[in-house]
Amino acid sequence: MNSTKKGRYGIFGGQYIPETLMNEVNKLEAAYEQYKNDPKFTAELNFLLNNYAGRPSLLYFAKNMTENLSGARIYLKREDLNHTGSHKINNVLGQALLAKYMGKTRVIAETGAGQHGVATATAAALLGLECEIFMGKEDTIRQALNVYRMELLGAKVHAVTTGTMTLKDAVNEAMREWTRSVDDTLYVLGSVMGPHPFPMIVRDFQSIISKEAREQILSSEGKLPKAVIACVGGGSNAMGAFYNFINDKDVQLIGVEAAGRGLNTELHAASIAKGKLGIFHGMKSYFCQDDCGQIAPVYSISAGLDYPGIGPEHAHLYDSKRAQYASVTDDEAVDAFEYLSRIEGIIPAIESAHAVAYARKIAKNFCKDDSIIICLSGRGDKDVAAIARYRGKDLSE
Amino acid sequence: MKDRIQNAFDNKKAFIAFLSAGDPDLSSTEKFILEMEKAGADLIEIGIPFSDPIADGKVIQEANLRALNGGVTVDKIFSMVQKLRAKVQIPLVFLTYLNPVFHYGYENFFAKCNQAGIDGIIIPDLPFEEADEIKEYCQKYETELIQFVAPTSGKRIQKIAKDAKGFIYVVSSMGVTGVRSKVTTDLSSIIKEIKKVTKTPCAVGFGISTPEQAREIEKTADGVIVGSAIVKIIEEHGKDAAPHLAEYVKLMKE
Repeated sequence: MNSTKKGRYGIFGGQYIPETLMNEVNKLEAAYEQYKNDPKFTAELNFLLNNYAGRPSLLYFAKNMTENLSGARIYLKREDLNHTGSHKINNVLGQALLAKYMGKTRVIAETGAGQHGVATATAAALLGLECEIFMGKEDTIRQALNVYRMELLGAKVHAVTTGTMTLKDAVNEAMREWTRSVDDTLYVLGSVMGPHPFPMIVRDFQSIISKEAREQILSSEGKLPKAVIACVGGGSNAMGAFYNFINDKDVQLIGVEAAGRGLNTELHAASIAKGKLGIFHGMKSYFCQDDCGQIAPVYSISAGLDYPGIGPEHAHLYDSKRAQYASVTDDEAVDAFEYLSRIEGIIPAIESAHAVAYARKIAKNFCKDDSIIICLSGRGDKDVAAIARYRGKDLSE
Repeated sequence: MKDRIQNAFDNKKAFIAFLSAGDPDLSSTEKFILEMEKAGADLIEIGIPFSDPIADGKVIQEANLRALNGGVTVDKIFSMVQKLRAKVQIPLVFLTYLNPVFHYGYENFFAKCNQAGIDGIIIPDLPFEEADEIKEYCQKYETELIQFVAPTSGKRIQKIAKDAKGFIYVVSSMGVTGVRSKVTTDLSSIIKEIKKVTKTPCAVGFGISTPEQAREIEKTADGVIVGSAIVKIIEEHGKDAAPHLAEYVKLMKE
């Protein structure tokens, strides 16, 4: 019934936003449709991806981990090796370039862990755009280094003091700011969420992850993987890692949500496992909410997964049973953070460590000549101090 | 029932007051509405608080939080309105975000609106294109869906205005709700566009707080909507805000 409407994934998605923004999202959609096949735009974007962000990213065979888990052959899609240290740069270069082509002079963005904020500030510095980042006050403390990093890159960082002072509140504030400034500003949304066309645009820009990974695994293994595993907050690295495998029906797609202190507590951020259908931040999807439809405070050790909703295309992949969604607790994620550091010499972002943790659980369910791909969405330098604190060590940086 | 909203605009400029239900508590909300009606308010917007009001500025955000922390729920608001309706004749409309309504169940929500004597509903995160979500229930239960027109609406204005019911909420300025010293949007040309296709009255809101601003806007509009300035009075005086609200409404109505 809803399939004729714009920006729908099954019943999910849509454009539930104030009238003040409607013309602007329509303009953004038109601009995107115009430029995505424009040879000049795509050449410029590809040049930046290859020569600035460092693409293609490696698909690394994790030999030690494979031996240790004695199940599937484990591959890591190394988005952590991108410039700025995560997959976020893929989307940000696309959107910042789009902003330029649209004649905008300023970009704004929300950020949780700071990865999207740093990526946006970086692209803005490169392309000569003004940049303002909204970050929950709580997160500016958890990720103080990233705040300074953004400022170093010339961005203005606003510590958001409303609500739970985390990612959801940063999105609220960025949306409010956008309604003030649509004339000269593009809101560079960091995940596959928000009103149409954002879930589509971000997914398209992130789908380069699975485009490369599919070719890389075929060339190294000669066959498709049995599973692709990625962590999910809003869901951008997972959507990018899944997208080009969706038609490969034998490839399991597994998103890993943050279970925080456990799904049986209130301290989690698992929108699919514990959320209900709702309408928020411009989209119909699954949200953690209370009995009255108020958005619930969520929690995860990972600031990047600390979001009460999930992108609409994920909700649809879940409902249509094309993808499955598991969850991993803080403890399991921290263990995986340390595990990957020691066994492969790769320190993963605490977000990505959720995917690593789940892979550790299921690797043995596969045959030894099967492979699975873990999307290593970011590097863990930003998390080192927080993990040390978690382990009872206070580092002075 | 329809007539109540129309009456508010008959042969006069309507003064529309917003307050957040349950701030500081529901019996105060009821008292404030009675007092504002007596002082001459023509229509009341009753805010159903939402945790994340993305179209609202700080003043109304905080009112929402005060109300939610006080334990207000949609059911309690319906009971308050039902009691209130027995005492007042002015039109009452809800202002809320879509999720609390969705969560309550559209059919159930609008049936209760009808029962309680609510005349209309304003939902800032439900634009024209998504109105199908609730249109059939609004019709079935005779609750007018009030549409927004914004400074950025441009070519959308006539599409939105053509079928608009109740009144049209014309957003005075870019950004979110909150007191502003000046409104710089060319409201008269927006209202002229609207009037080409509909007789539905236009009320202007966002940023209005002084009688001077109201006079200026009423040169072209059919009414003014005041929210943050009223909520600020409630924030300042709490349960004792009633006489201050009455004084303010009288000042704005002069």
